[in-house]
Order: sequence, then C-alpha cells, then structure tokens
Amino acid sequence: MNVLSVFKLALISLGRNKMRSFLTALGIIIGVGSVITMVGLGLGAYSSVQDQISKMGTNLIMISPGSSNQRGMMMGMGSMTTLKEADAQAIQMECPSLAAVSPIVRTSAQIVFASQNWTSSVMGIGVDYLTVRSWAVETGREFTEREIKGSGKVCIIGKTVSDNLFGSVNPIGKVIRVKKMPMEVVGVLVSRGQTGMGQDQDDIILAPLTTIQRRMMGITNINMIYASARSDSMVDSGKEEITRVLRHRHRLVEKEADDFDIRTQADMAAMAGSTLGIITLLLGSIASVSLIVGGIGIMNIMLVSVTERTREIGIRMAIGARGQDILTQFLVEAVALSSVGGIMGISLGVGLTHIITSFTEWPVQVSIPAVVISFLFSAVVGIFFGLYPAWKASHLDPIEALRFE
Amino acid sequence: MSDPAKSTKPVPLLEIKGVHKTYFMDGVSVKALRGINLTINQGEFTSIMGASGSGKSTLMNILGCLDRPTKGSYLIESHDVSKLSKDELAVIRNKKIGFIFQGFNLLSRTSALENVEMPMIYAGIRSSERRARAMDALTSVGLKGREHHQSNQLSGGQQQRVAIARSLVNRPSLILADEPTGNLDSRSSVEIMGILQNLNSRGITIVLITHEPDIVLFSRRKIHLRDGHILSDDPILNSLKAEEELAKLPPVFEEAEKEAVKA
Repeated sequence: MNVLSVFKLALISLGRNKMRSFLTALGIIIGVGSVITMVGLGLGAYSSVQDQISKMGTNLIMISPGSSNQRGMMMGMGSMTTLKEADAQAIQMECPSLAAVSPIVRTSAQIVFASQNWTSSVMGIGVDYLTVRSWAVETGREFTEREIKGSGKVCIIGKTVSDNLFGSVNPIGKVIRVKKMPMEVVGVLVSRGQTGMGQDQDDIILAPLTTIQRRMMGITNINMIYASARSDSMVDSGKEEITRVLRHRHRLVEKEADDFDIRTQADMAAMAGSTLGIITLLLGSIASVSLIVGGIGIMNIMLVSVTERTREIGIRMAIGARGQDILTQFLVEAVALSSVGGIMGISLGVGLTHIITSFTEWPVQVSIPAVVISFLFSAVVGIFFGLYPAWKASHLDPIEALRFE
Repeated sequence: MSDPAKSTKPVPLLEIKGVHKTYFMDGVSVKALRGINLTINQGEFTSIMGASGSGKSTLMNILGCLDRPTKGSYLIESHDVSKLSKDELAVIRNKKIGFIFQGFNLLSRTSALENVEMPMIYAGIRSSERRARAMDALTSVGLKGREHHQSNQLSGGQQQRVAIARSLVNRPSLILADEPTGNLDSRSSVEIMGILQNLNSRGITIVLITHEPDIVLFSRRKIHLRDGHILSDDPILNSLKAEEELAKLPPVFEEAEKEAVKA
C-alpha cells in the first residue's frame, strides 16, 4: 500500500464527516493560530521597545552615582551625592570618543499658570542635552548658552504640560511659576509619546541646570550625566574613558569599587529584551497548551471513529489488510486532521496578526519560526494522539469486528 | 490451476486434518470443533450445512484463515497455514481467498468500484490496473454501468454481486460464501447462485456455508455438520441449474417495481 493511496483514503474518510472533522481540527486551528498571534504580539512589543530605546538618543551613555553604603546598609541606586557638574565638564574635555555631554538634575514641582496648575517632573540640563537625546523644540527656541550658564529663569515645556496648563493658548513668552519661581516659557518640545513602559515622556519641564540645582533644590551635586558617543562603535571606548576620568577625579584606589554606574543604550535594550523574551515565551507556551488540548480532541474523535467503524475495520481485515495497514490508515487520518488544522491555524494566526497590527501602533510581526514550529508541533500532536486509537484499531479481532453491529 | 475440472486426478486445494477448536470463555471451555478431517479438491462446489451451534461458523473462520485451529493442521495448496502469524494470514486471505458474506459487508458511502478495488489496494496493485480489473469484475457480475453507484443506492442482489466482484479481483483459489443468499429474495438468491455456478464452471473452488436446503441443491457436494463433527459427506448427483430454475420462476416485473418504489 503506497503512501499516496493511504493519504487519499484518509482524506476521503475525513471528507465523509466534514462538520465533525472541522470541529475536531478546530482545537488545533485555535492552538496554532494563538501561538502565532501571541508570539507575534510579543515580538511586536519587543521591537517597539527596542525602537523606543533607540529613540532615546543616539549612542546614549547614562552615568548615575552609585549606591551608597551607610554602616553596611546599601541605599538605592543614585543615592550617592558624588557626581558633580565639574565631573560632566571633565568628561566633556577628556573623553575623545564622546560627541556631547550634559549634566542633569531632576526634581518634581507644582507648576502654576493663571488659574491652572499641574505637577510635573522638572529637569535641569546642560547645553548639549537636546543634542544628546536627539530631541528638538517644536515651537519657540532652545536655550542660549548665556541662559544656561547664567541660571536664566527660562524653561522649555513638554507637550503634556503645555496642553494641561495652556490648552489652546500659545505658551511661548508666557511666565509660569515652578515651585513659586517665575520662569518664562521659551519653547515647546516635539512630542515623543509614551515609553515602552507606559511613561509619558512629554510630561516634563526643562530648565538650565544651575537654575534648578542651586536656586530651586539648593544642592551642589547632580543626579545624572547623559553623554553620546561619536559613533556606535565608540560607545564602548567612551564608557572606558568615562570610567577612567571619574575614578581619577573621585580618587578611587585600585581595590575600591566604582562609585558610579554607567549604562549604555545597548545595556537597556538587552535588559528590556530579556524581559520581553520571557513574556513572549510565556505567551507562546500558554498558547501551546491549547495545541495539546486540541490533540486530546483528536484522540477522542479518533477513538469514537474506531468504534464506529469497527465493521469497516473487520471488512478490511477479512479481505487482507494487515495490522500495520489499519494502523497506518488511522494514524494518517489523525495526522491529516491535525496538519490540515495546522494549515488553517496558520492562516488564522497570520490573519489575526494583521488585524491587530491595523488596530494598534505595535508593529506586530508574523514569526516564521513560530509558524514552522507550531505546524510541525501540530503534526506531532496528530501522531502522538492518533497512535493509541490507531493501535487499538489494528489490534481488533477480524471475526469480532465483522460481527459488530 | 491447470484446467482442474477436466483433470482426471483430483488436486487437493484444502486439507483439514484432525482440527479441533476450543474457545475459553469466562473459565469455561467450549469445544466448537472436535476432530474434523476434510479434503476439498480444486474445482469443487461444496456446501457445508448445519444448525446453529454445529460449529459451522467456526469451521468457516478456520477455512477463511480468520482464525487458527487449537489442534490439528490446515493446508492450503499443500502449505500449512495453521501456525502462521496474524499478518501472514492476512496476506493469505488477500491473495488466496475471496469472501462473500450474508450481510454483504460493503463499505457504506463508497462506490461499487472503490469497494471492488479495495483488496487490490492491500495487494499493492497499481491504480490504473486496479481500475481496469475492478471494471472487468463488475462487468462479469452484470453490473456494468453501476460502477459509481454507492453501496446504499444498490438493491440487495446488486450489493451481493458487488461483493462477489470484490471477492474475485485478486484471482483467489477459493471463494468462501457465508450464507450469501440469507438476506435476499428467492429470485435474487437464484441469480446469485447462478453467478457462483458460472464461476465454478470456470474452475474456481467454492465453499458455501448455509442452512437453506434448497440452496444446497445448487452445489455438487454436501457436508453436514453437527456438534463439531462431520455427520455426512455426500455428492449431489443431480444438482439444480440456476438458469433453469430462473426460467421456472414467474416472470417478474418485480425488478421494475422495485426501481419504481426506490425512486
């Protein structure tokens, strides 16, 4: 008995019970479809987060103070006050791999304009901040160097702040009160939307570093330094140069640990990537449970089918079918059922993926490995769950089977 | 088969020697056959008769290689098949034996042609040849033009003819007919017996299992079974000719009526 005629037989007998065959395959269809969709969603989220991280700036390097150790108790990241504005200047002067450097202080403040008020995060920045973040103002202008160095009472506001305080009024030239300090709005930032973690990047006020650091917060240290390397390949050398400069400036001896922490965009991407990888895997494995449930459905129907067709099996055996012929017939039927289901599941998954893409901003992707693996898995499910019913059929006694009513 | 009907010295086709069959059910042993000795030569048309419980079905299962004897040997064309494995028996059934059953046992929702092709699928015959041989077999039982009818669209007599065609396609040495007329009206019965007589005249050995005495008369040897023993084994000297019997039956518009009722 050749393979082709076995397949033909299987398809003919599945075709006799079209509705039942479809419902049986439905488990596999949904299983394969959901694996493809879930993995597609996960990959979409992954690429969207990677995209966000790359938009944070070009070749960004973030330097924050290390965690302080008070009598053996480790404080949180950035709790040390070791980073100074002079450090940022030194990095700018002494690190040839870096294109731009900006010191940063951060606080949160209530902002008032006329009868409106809003609480937002306030950032004191250096001259090159917008360059480092590859950000720009949409209306108005950036700070001048004089404003930054002379602690000017000017600010650039994010879109969210602008919308909440001014509504449709043009904010340029208006004076707002930030923690009671009057500041003139000179620009509005280009909207950046939410980060991959759902944080609104437009809910922000930028002001000259010293204005915030000295006048508003009354501190001498800074919270962070943002730097950008000249090129992608210079990120690592930039990181080394910064380490050298800061260790020298902070007078750390060889055995002492760094009192600062350097992270690059690549580090962040890797972190976010591993988290999303786990989530994708999780979604995929939950979806694959439905594949197994689908397989059990196939086994159930194949068992019913063996009982129903006992007489047919008896006839086939009487006229010369061997045990293995019957086994092959039922096994091929189960595999045909599950692989046809797999193919329909692939179209369902691809279709769903496209529908979701058209409704969300996520660039949901059809993963080719997920398609191939879930299809192969569905065929294996067919073999695995088809084996027992087929084995049962092949071991029927022809005399008993012929007598079966 | 080298023209066995005319050969002077009979060639044994089936030899059953001291066959016993005992079933064990719920710890009780039932002796269905108690020492059967029987030789059937090539070209014979033998009937096996007996009441229910006589061991008739058991003997048929053993003759048809569906079952193996508990004791004794069974030779087909001088090959002992009583010790063969299940799969080896399946091959013997496929190549040497054609079955005709009381309940026709065609696959439902399957065309006559596909039913007839089935034994050849298991024999590994190419599909073009399968088709040609199945067409020939259906023509030889008078079903030309009904190849693509499904089995449930055919009358009982027609279904039994499909079954006969199916039993023929692998050119078996033996046709084993188990109550082939049990579900048929008298006219169809005689027609079926006519086909079997016709096949026998072409040299095919036929074993008929039945309990109807008037059907037995179409064969040429009568074996009577009781309680697992052979009670009698006689030749039938003046067997009936199906053609003549058919002529005696009232001329029928039955067939036409049946068609009308079906439509």
